[in-house]
Amino acid sequence: MSSYYEDSARGRLDGLLDPGSLIEILPPTERMVSPHLRQLDTPAAFDDGIVVGEGRLDGRRVLVAAQEGGFMGGAVGEVHGAKLTGLMERALDTRPDGVLLLVESGGVRLHEANAGLIAVSEVMRAVLAVRAAGIPVIVLDGGTFGCFGGMGIVARLCDAVVMSEEGRLGLSGPEVIETTMGVEEFDSRDRALVWRTVGGKHRYLLGEAATLVEDDVAAFRAAALALLEQTPDLSLAALDAEHAALGSRLERFGDCRDALDIWEKLGVEEPEKLPILDTAGFLATVRDRRA
Amino acid sequence: METLTYEYRGGRPVNSPPPSVLVGVVGSGNLEVLVEPAPLGGLCRVEVQTAAVGFGATWQAVLDDVFARHPLADVRISINDVGATPAVVGLRLDQALDAFAGGTQP
Amino acid sequence: MDVKNLLNRLFPDGHDIAFDGVYFDGSGRVYGAEVAVIGTIDNTPIGIELAFRMAGAVLEVVRRHPGRPILLLVDTQGQRLSHRDELLGINGYMAHLAKCIDLARRNGHRVLGLVYGQAVSGGFLATSLLADRCYALPDAEIRVMNLPAMARVTKIPLERLTELSASSPVFAPGVENYRRMGAIAGLWDGDLATCLAEALAAPVEGDPRRELGEERGGRLLARKVAERVRRDAV
Repeated sequence: MSSYYEDSARGRLDGLLDPGSLIEILPPTERMVSPHLRQLDTPAAFDDGIVVGEGRLDGRRVLVAAQEGGFMGGAVGEVHGAKLTGLMERALDTRPDGVLLLVESGGVRLHEANAGLIAVSEVMRAVLAVRAAGIPVIVLDGGTFGCFGGMGIVARLCDAVVMSEEGRLGLSGPEVIETTMGVEEFDSRDRALVWRTVGGKHRYLLGEAATLVEDDVAAFRAAALALLEQTPDLSLAALDAEHAALGSRLERFGDCRDALDIWEKLGVEEPEKLPILDTAGFLATVRDRRA
Repeated sequence: METLTYEYRGGRPVNSPPPSVLVGVVGSGNLEVLVEPAPLGGLCRVEVQTAAVGFGATWQAVLDDVFARHPLADVRISINDVGATPAVVGLRLDQALDAFAGGTQP
Repeated sequence: MDVKNLLNRLFPDGHDIAFDGVYFDGSGRVYGAEVAVIGTIDNTPIGIELAFRMAGAVLEVVRRHPGRPILLLVDTQGQRLSHRDELLGINGYMAHLAKCIDLARRNGHRVLGLVYGQAVSGGFLATSLLADRCYALPDAEIRVMNLPAMARVTKIPLERLTELSASSPVFAPGVENYRRMGAIAGLWDGDLATCLAEALAAPVEGDPRRELGEERGGRLLARKVAERVRRDAV
């Protein structure tokens, strides 16, 4: 076992892809750093917190991006976002078997907030263009910082999200909600509450995550490989179906105040036990119980 | 932010070095170290960008020790630092230079 | 600007737009063209119900009025910040809305955004920023975060942020900053119906915002970096 959660972006890519197959584009030696951080007395990183490149996954040709949460929480700035958008456009040109996004991001980088916000919207359009061209885009979310803000939206634009229990996925992070709306709204220090609201198990039960895996790089690799078989569908019929599913979620769970209420409505016996189950036990328990 | 540059002479070049080695992450109390071969006429040059201003003498002392352990020539070492302690700096540089001299990325 | 006044100025030939709380939709006529309108008022936060409703309205236009242009008039202070919205997966609802807008575009609907009040963060990302072209009224406000809050989060002194924002468009709120960075194609002033008709007639091809940001000097690296990642040999 090699923990995905604790690894760096580069470490995750090393473990995920076929050995030695990663070829990085705009590597650190190019020193394509953020032009905006220095004036704010903030150190830059040589890769602006994201690795992009080409690689192989069990021989299949993939494009990959991996965000490094250790640098500014994986936040998206001008260069970081442009690397993602450029990678998507490269996919349109080179038609790989799929694109893997190893997300780990708090969203827009405030030090370059306007550039970051616009960049995320460019990534959004580019992701949808890649999918519309028939190339699957798979998200892996199991890093220390989770996936929030604009990247939380990007993740759900893709074909599928693979999460570990430790992964988190949302829009506004618990700290942001607590700071803005008060601790009564969301107590970000209540770890159990945070995990059962934005953590992998709940996302899997809701259907936001397609696959739940153990916190193991090899498990993420196997899940990503299986999902490369997906055929993207952004047709009116597909979006009508998604609309119906999201409408049904509002109807069924709209009055729930806690994940435990939702799990109970899903027919899970003893929902309060789900957080303590290991991944295999959890998956066995919730079989046929997902929304 | 402060930019510091140090140069060392008297090291030996590495035979068939890797194109580059990167170690560490630009996060609080941490640093990234990028090591590349460079035609510097036998010099080992270290360029530091650091968020902690006024620690030039400390950097000098740490780098002197590192160079004593890894006397390399024709090497460019680039560092982005977010206030790492001297121990962490020494550790990252050891990791990076071991990998560089050994020809493997850690 | 008051939204009814705005609608009258955009659609001097008339409109049938129905309001329901903070939400409105319908269609308007400008120089003989029928335009679908979807929007919000009162700087409303966008939560899961509103995102869902807007997505449904977009799908309805795609289904019932093939090719009809869509004008987004979304006035929002951003995504709704609540535990419940996160619990139910608001990012998925926002993404769904974005997918529906993109579907309309791919099916030949011209999608325009006009920021007439506020446009903030996630509420902006999932709506007008996904349009083919986004415009703004000169007195509208666009931001991720105001400077005092940004100073608290980044721990950078407010004085420094204020000083830098006089010359740099990169982080401070403001329509003009977003115009310089290429996200706002242009400002609409005066005869709004003519502005709308011209925007409906202008050719659109792909996402031009990086080029615009570079031309206008507000975003100098985005185009170059994306281009290199797209084309560099490996």
